[in-house]
Formats: sequence, C-alpha cells, structure tokens
Amino acid sequence: MKIKKRNFALVFYFILLMLPIYWMLNMSLRTNADILSTFSLYPKEITFANYMKIFTDPSWYSGYINSIIYVSINTVISLVTALPAAYAFSRYRFIGDSQMFFWLLTNRMAPAAVFLLPFFQLYSTFGLIDTHIAVALAHCLFNVPLAVWILEGFMSGIPKEIDETAYIDGYSFPGFFAMVFMPLIRSGVGVTAFFCFMFSWVELLLARTLTTTEAKPIAATMTRTVSATGLDWGLLAAAGILTIVPGALVIWFVRNHMAKGFAMGRV
Amino acid sequence: MNKWEDNKAWFLVLPVFIIVAFSAIIPLMTVVNYSIQDIFGPGERVFVGVEWFREVLSDSRLHEALLKQFLFSGLVLLIEIPLGIIIALMMPKKGWSASLSLVLIALPLLIPWNVIGTIWIVFTRPDIGLLGATINGMGIPFDHTSSPMQAWITLMLMEVWHWTPLVALLAYAGLRAIPEAYFQAAKIDGASSWAVFKYIQLPKMRGVLTIALLLRFMDSFLIYAEPFVLTGGGPGNSTTFLSIYLVKIAVGQFDLGPAAAFSLIYFLIILLLSWLFYQVLQNVGKGEA
Amino acid sequence: MNLEWMAWTLPTAIFFTTIVCILIAMTIWQVISPCIKRRGFIPLSTTRGDRLFIGLLSSAYIHLAWLGLTPFSIWIAFGFSLAWMVVVMRWG
Repeated sequence: MKIKKRNFALVFYFILLMLPIYWMLNMSLRTNADILSTFSLYPKEITFANYMKIFTDPSWYSGYINSIIYVSINTVISLVTALPAAYAFSRYRFIGDSQMFFWLLTNRMAPAAVFLLPFFQLYSTFGLIDTHIAVALAHCLFNVPLAVWILEGFMSGIPKEIDETAYIDGYSFPGFFAMVFMPLIRSGVGVTAFFCFMFSWVELLLARTLTTTEAKPIAATMTRTVSATGLDWGLLAAAGILTIVPGALVIWFVRNHMAKGFAMGRV
Repeated sequence: MNKWEDNKAWFLVLPVFIIVAFSAIIPLMTVVNYSIQDIFGPGERVFVGVEWFREVLSDSRLHEALLKQFLFSGLVLLIEIPLGIIIALMMPKKGWSASLSLVLIALPLLIPWNVIGTIWIVFTRPDIGLLGATINGMGIPFDHTSSPMQAWITLMLMEVWHWTPLVALLAYAGLRAIPEAYFQAAKIDGASSWAVFKYIQLPKMRGVLTIALLLRFMDSFLIYAEPFVLTGGGPGNSTTFLSIYLVKIAVGQFDLGPAAAFSLIYFLIILLLSWLFYQVLQNVGKGEA
Repeated sequence: MNLEWMAWTLPTAIFFTTIVCILIAMTIWQVISPCIKRRGFIPLSTTRGDRLFIGLLSSAYIHLAWLGLTPFSIWIAFGFSLAWMVVVMRWG
C-alpha cells in the first residue's frame, strides 16, 4: 500500500513536469493562426509544416548541427581534462590543492553581461571568433570545474585500498586508471557527461557572442524569430521540441550508468 | 580518507588549470581595468579611481535588486533542495521505469534558457495557455504581467519546474552509489526508513548535495534569461533581479565602467556566500561521519 | 598580438603584480617550510593558504564597506586591510 502511494505521487509529479512540454508539443503541431485564435487541449488539425520548415531551411537546421558540434567538443575536452584532475584532488595532497579546487568553482560565479566584451576581444585576438572550437573552449570555463567537482565526489567514494592493491598487482598508472578505476566510476562519468552536455547545450550568451554565422547555435537562431515582427509560436515550439531531442538521446545512453551505480561489494 | 602527499599530482591538474585559466584570468583582469576608468570608446578612456564603486554602492535601485535577489535565491534553495531529495528517493531503482523516469526528469533541463521563458509566456497566457486558462477557469483572475505577486509566483513555478530535476538527478546518482550492504545491515537492525535516510542516505549524499546546493545557489543568483524573457523585470521593477539590472546599465546605457564595478561587487557577493556554504557543508559532514 | 583592449592602468597592473608575487612567495614558503593546519580565532582549522584567502576576501569587503559608508579616502581602508591581513595571517 505504501509503495502504491509513493508511485502515485511520483506519477503526479511527472505529469506536472510534462505539462509545459506537452503544451509546446501541442503548439508545434498547429499553425500560428490556430494557436493565437483558439484554446485547445490537443491539436485538432495536425500540421507538420513547422517541422518541415526547420528541416528544409539551412539557417534553421545548421543551428542544430553547430550546437551539436561544439557541445560534443566541449564534453570531450571537459571529461578528458577533468578525469586526471579529479583523481589528483581525490587522492593526493599537494601545494594549493584546496585553494585550486575552490578557485575552479569561482569561474561559474561571474555575471556574464560585462565579461562578454573581454571574452569577444580575447577570442578575436586569437582569431577564433565564429568557430566551433571557440564556443567549446569558452564553455569549458564553467563545465570543466563542474566536471572536476562531480567526478571528485564519485572518486572519493572509492576506497584508496583499491588503488594500492592494483599498484601492488603491477598495474601502471594509466593501466590502472583505464582497466580498474574507470569501470568503478562509470556512473560518475555518465552523470558528468550528461551535465557537461546539458550546460553547454542550453548556454546562450557566450555562444551568441562568440559566433556570427558559421557556428551560430540553435538557441541564437531561435531568438531571431522572437525579435521578428509578430512571433511565430508554432515554429518556435517546433524548434524547442527539437532542442530536447539530442539531450534526451544522451541521457538514454547514460541512463544505465546512472541507474546501476557501481556495485562496490564485488571488488 | 588519508591522502598521499605528492606535489607531482600538479601534473594531473595542469591541463584543467591551463584550459580554465585561458578563459578566466584575462577577462577578469580586463573587467577590473574597466572598473576604474571611464571608457568612451577604443583607446579613449580616463582614469577615475574608485568613483564607480562609490556610485554603484550608493545606488538605491541596486540595493532593492539585491534584496529581491536574496529572497529569490533563498526561496529557490528552500523549495528545490528538499523537493529534489524527495523525488530522488521516490524514483524507481531499476527496470524500465527507472530509465523512463531518468529521461523524463531530464527533459526540462535540456531546453535553452531563453526558450524556457518563451514557453512559459504562452503556457501562462490566460487566453491560449494551459496554466493561465486553468487558473482563470477556477475563478481567479490571473495575469502575471500586471500583478507583482503573480509575477513572482509564476517565476518561482517556472524556476522550480526547470531546476528541481537537477537536484533530483544529482541526489539520485548519489543514492545509487551507496553499496547495497548498508541497506541490508540496516534491515537486519530493524532500522526505520527515517533512520536509514538520516544515518545512511543523507550523509552519503553529502558530496552530491554540496554540488547541487552550490550550483543552484550560483545559478539562481545569476539568473537572467528566463525572467528577462518572461517578465522583462516587471511589472514595474518587481522582478528586476541583479543580472537584469546589470544588463540595463551595461547594454542599455552602455556605462562600461559602472557596470564593471557592479559586476565585481556581484562576483564578490557570490564568492563569499558560496565559500560560506562550502565551509558549512564540509564541516557538517565531518561532524556526522 | 594587440592587447590594447585590456585597458591596462598603472594601479591595476600593480595590483595584479602584487597578487602574483604573493602567490609565488606563498608557494616558495610552503616548499621551504610546509605548514600544518591549525585553529586560531577563525572558527575553522585553516592552513596558511586558507588564511590568505580569508584575509584577501575580507579585505575586499573592508574596502567596499569603506566606500559605501564613508566619504573618506580609500587609502585609510587600505591601511586597515593591511593591519587586518597581518592579524589573520598571524593569529587566524
């Protein structure tokens, strides 16, 4: 009985959670005139015109491609650099370790508005404006610290005896890291990859400042419709629905790592 | 855990340091430079000392925005952290329902922030929006564009809808990382589910909860895109939070110097509070473990 | 590489150079005589580096409070901050 009540509450929460997204889906399948004129719980005449426009107009679909490219680069850079660093923070004591650890997080604390100008200047100086790598690097500013923090938490949960045993068994550091350690923290890596992907995907200000046309992200393409005369709600909703898809795929792939956790009892 | 003492560990941290410092240090220095000068254009600037800091600190609209910001972030933390933990505890542990819940709960997080605001504009419109129409249908006149109270409620609803999943996901990952043996031992001892939560789950979640709390604090304190799109800081100034006010100065009036001074003060406030949170959470954990 | 856009001024250059020098000095000091965590009047056990951070952050707030609450010269606040830094480093 208790379990049933709990499930009921959870289902109720998920229904509330899905309502705004359902509303977006509903709008994306209707024409703009229909959306603005009548209140309707479901689309009476389903139209895919909004989606067709996005898939056929290069200024729309290239936004998705650009976003996916720089987000992927960013996630890879963040994970590759953060894994050894998080290991160092969780296992070693070295000069300035705690200061360094906290300093990393301070990079998420700067209000973007004024920092955008020097950011633009800095990346111009290096000739990186309007490239995918520029946005990927800029997003490292907040994703790498986050990745280090999350991974450090997971790694600290693993007893140090495991490392010691592996070294005695003759593993080198890279061998130990890849063969023994990574499988143990895979749920942490899954969670971290998802968060890096997500924060880079939804960030708009930096991505918009550092790009003009070649690497313009989808979120910036969408603001263009907002400023146009009279909002095309249907088109915007369709674009919004499509922004959810790549992230949903990512979480689908990492879900097992998150759900299973790691069975430490086996080791 | 006793850590090994070895300064060679710096080599493992170096890549992170380089990649973050590249984007972090030069812009920060530049903003500090801006903050003590009056800047008219490229190469045209006058040294003004601490004048902008004085001006910004005595700005009564900034004090107002700061108070609203504290209220907003405080409410966000008070609602989202407990709610996120409860949801994480309720979520199924395995099977297809676990996968489904994980995917569903992550969906709001994946929508670009400006789009979130736009969805909620429609969602809360009394004529064509589901929420707005429902509340109006219940006989309560609902219009967040004219009532400050309703604007706040709408913003909080949006914020909780958008970000509670982040807390829930982190807490869920933390819960899954607890070895099954702990629960078996607790079962043998006949511990109540409250005792299991208090003595096993909560202490074990300390790491992820620290991250969740700091993230939610920092991001809600810096919130910009969602309220800007949804309410534009209005009605009146009722939802003009710090970032919205900052952008008004920096972009609206193009006062780079005062805006830079403002940014630095803003940064210092977040820095101090995050540091305090961090220290408190670290020491709470030590006391319990 | 043109860095004119960074808008450097003499005071900020001195400020950042000082910070860098302090960090280098702290590192050298740590190598020569490693420090042990201890508890002073600050209700935390702190290392030298922690105390430096606390001192710098509170000095920033001393300056801000001085600017916000009094019309006097910033240099007086600077003097207070120096004294406060010494107190924190020695007894904190």
